[in-house]
Amino acid sequence: MDEILEILEKDGRASIEDIAKMTRKKPQDVRKAIEKYKKEGVILKYKAVINKELAKDSDAQVRALIEVNIVPQKDLGFDKIAERIYSFPEVASCYLVSGTYDLLLIAEGKDLNTVARFVAEKLAPLENVRGTATHFLLKKYKEDGVILRHKEENKRIAISY
Amino acid sequence: MENIISQKVKEMQPSGIRVFFDLVLGMKDVISLGVGEPDFVTPWQIREAGIFSLEQGFTSYTSNKGLYKLRLSIARYLKNRYGIEYCPDEEILITVGVSEGLDLACRAIINPNDKILVPLPCYVSYGPMVELAGGIPVYIDTQKSHFKVDPSVLEKHIDQHTKGIILNYPSNPLGVSYTRRELEAIKKVILKHNLLCITDEVYGDLTYDFEHTPFPVLSGAKTSTVYLNGFSKGYAMTGWRIGYACGPKEIIAAMTKIHQYTIMCVSITSQMAACEAMHSGKKSVEEMKREYKRRREFVVAELNRVGLTCHKPEGAFYAFPSIKATGLSSMEFSQKLLKEEKVAVVPGTAFGKPGEGYIRISYASSMDNLKEALRRIEHFLSIHRRKHGCTR
Repeated sequence: MDEILEILEKDGRASIEDIAKMTRKKPQDVRKAIEKYKKEGVILKYKAVINKELAKDSDAQVRALIEVNIVPQKDLGFDKIAERIYSFPEVASCYLVSGTYDLLLIAEGKDLNTVARFVAEKLAPLENVRGTATHFLLKKYKEDGVILRHKEENKRIAISY
Repeated sequence: MENIISQKVKEMQPSGIRVFFDLVLGMKDVISLGVGEPDFVTPWQIREAGIFSLEQGFTSYTSNKGLYKLRLSIARYLKNRYGIEYCPDEEILITVGVSEGLDLACRAIINPNDKILVPLPCYVSYGPMVELAGGIPVYIDTQKSHFKVDPSVLEKHIDQHTKGIILNYPSNPLGVSYTRRELEAIKKVILKHNLLCITDEVYGDLTYDFEHTPFPVLSGAKTSTVYLNGFSKGYAMTGWRIGYACGPKEIIAAMTKIHQYTIMCVSITSQMAACEAMHSGKKSVEEMKREYKRRREFVVAELNRVGLTCHKPEGAFYAFPSIKATGLSSMEFSQKLLKEEKVAVVPGTAFGKPGEGYIRISYASSMDNLKEALRRIEHFLSIHRRKHGCTR
C-alpha cells in the first residue's frame, strides 16, 4: 500500500505538511495524490474511531450480528436484495459471505428493542429473506484493528541510554 | 567501607549524567525524547510464544551456548540475509543482550594494558567494559569527520599495543551508519594492523537508506571479527535481554567459558520467544522500520527548520543535532529544556567529550509526542536564541 495511505489509515487527521515531511515529498504532490485517491474512491471518507459504549446519548448502544439467508434473484444475484437491506439506517455493515448463510449484517440501535424490532418488522418480512439469526454483541474488545480500551500506560522508563 | 570496593571499580568513571537522569525521573508530565528503546511492545506472536513456552513447562536451563534451534535459525538467517556462514555448534553464542556479548568479547581477548580503539561519541559502556577487562580504551574523536570513523585518523591511533576496535553502526547515539564502501576502507586499516573488530550491530535492522552490511561480510574480515547482534531493537525485545555473538570458534569458545561461569545460560523463556522472532518476526520488524523512517524524516526536517542543524541519521532511532547556535553547553541546554519546556533529551556529553554541543534525540516516540516536543523546542529556542544574541 502507498505510504500516504498507510499514514492516513493510522491517522486520518495527519496534515498534508506533516505527511510531506514524513515521506519527503512536496506538499502539493501529497495533496494531488490524496485528491486522486478520493476521486478513485480509494479514500472514501475520514472519521473518528469512537468507543460507543463510552459515548453518551448514542443511538448505537446496542449492536448485533445478523445472519441472513436470502433467495438470490434471477440476473441480479444477491446484489439487489443486499441493497434493499443495507439501505436501512440500522445496518452499519453488510457483507456477502460464504458458508451456511448469505449476508452478514452488523445492525445498530439505541437499545435491544430497537434492533429486535428492526429484525422482526423490517428485515425478516422481506420477500427474499428466508431466515435470520441474531447475535447481540455483549462486549467489544477490538474493532478495525483498534483495541478499545483506555490509553495504554507508558511502561518505559523516561530516560535511558 | 571505602576500602572494601575494588580499586578497578573505584577508578571507573561514574556517569556524570546520573544526576540529570534522576531529575528527569523525578518530574511528571515530561515528554521524553531520551528513551533508548523502541516505543513498540514486542510483537504479539513473539510474546505469545514466550507465554506458551511457560505453559508447556519450559522452565529449565539450556545448554550454555543457548538452544540449538535458536543458534541454527540465527545461522540460517545470517546466511540467507547476508551470505555469511557461522557454524551453530561452534561459532554462535546466545548472550544476555549485546551488553553481555561485548563484556565477554572484551574479557576473552584483552590482556593487561592492551589497547582497544573506541570511536567517540559512543554508547556508554564501551570504555568501562574495556577497562574492567584490564585494557586501555583509546578514544578517537570523530566530530570533525561528521561523526564517522575516518580510516586515516583511525590509523594514526594505532600502535604496537593496539589489539582491537569496537565499532557500532548504526550508532547509538549518533544514528550514523556506513555504506559497504566506507566499511571496506575501515576494514583495510583493521586488517593491515592485524586488529580484532568487535562490532555492535544491534541496530542493523533499522538502516534506512541502504542495505546494512555486517562487518564480517567484508572479504577477509570474518576471522578478525566478533559480530554482536540481538533482538532488543529490531524486534522491540529490550526487556527480554537476549542477543548473540558470532565469531571465530576459538574466540566463541573463550567467551563461552566466561559465560558458563557467570551467566550459565540465557533465560529459556527469552530464548523460546527469540526462536519465534526468527521464525515469524520479520514482517513486524519491517513495519516498525517503516514507521521509524517516517518519524526520522519528520524529526530531521523539523529540527533543521527550528534551527538545530542535524545530519540525517542513516539508522537506529536517534538524531544528534547541534545546539551550538544557542551558546549553551549540552548539559545546560538539556536541563533548561527539561525545566522550562518539560522535554527530556540526553546531553551529547553523556556519550563522551566530543558530544559537547550536541544532544541525542530519540524518535522512538509517537508522532503526537514528537510534534508537541518539537513545538516546545521551537519555543525554547525562540527565547534562548534571543538571549544569546544568536541568529539562525
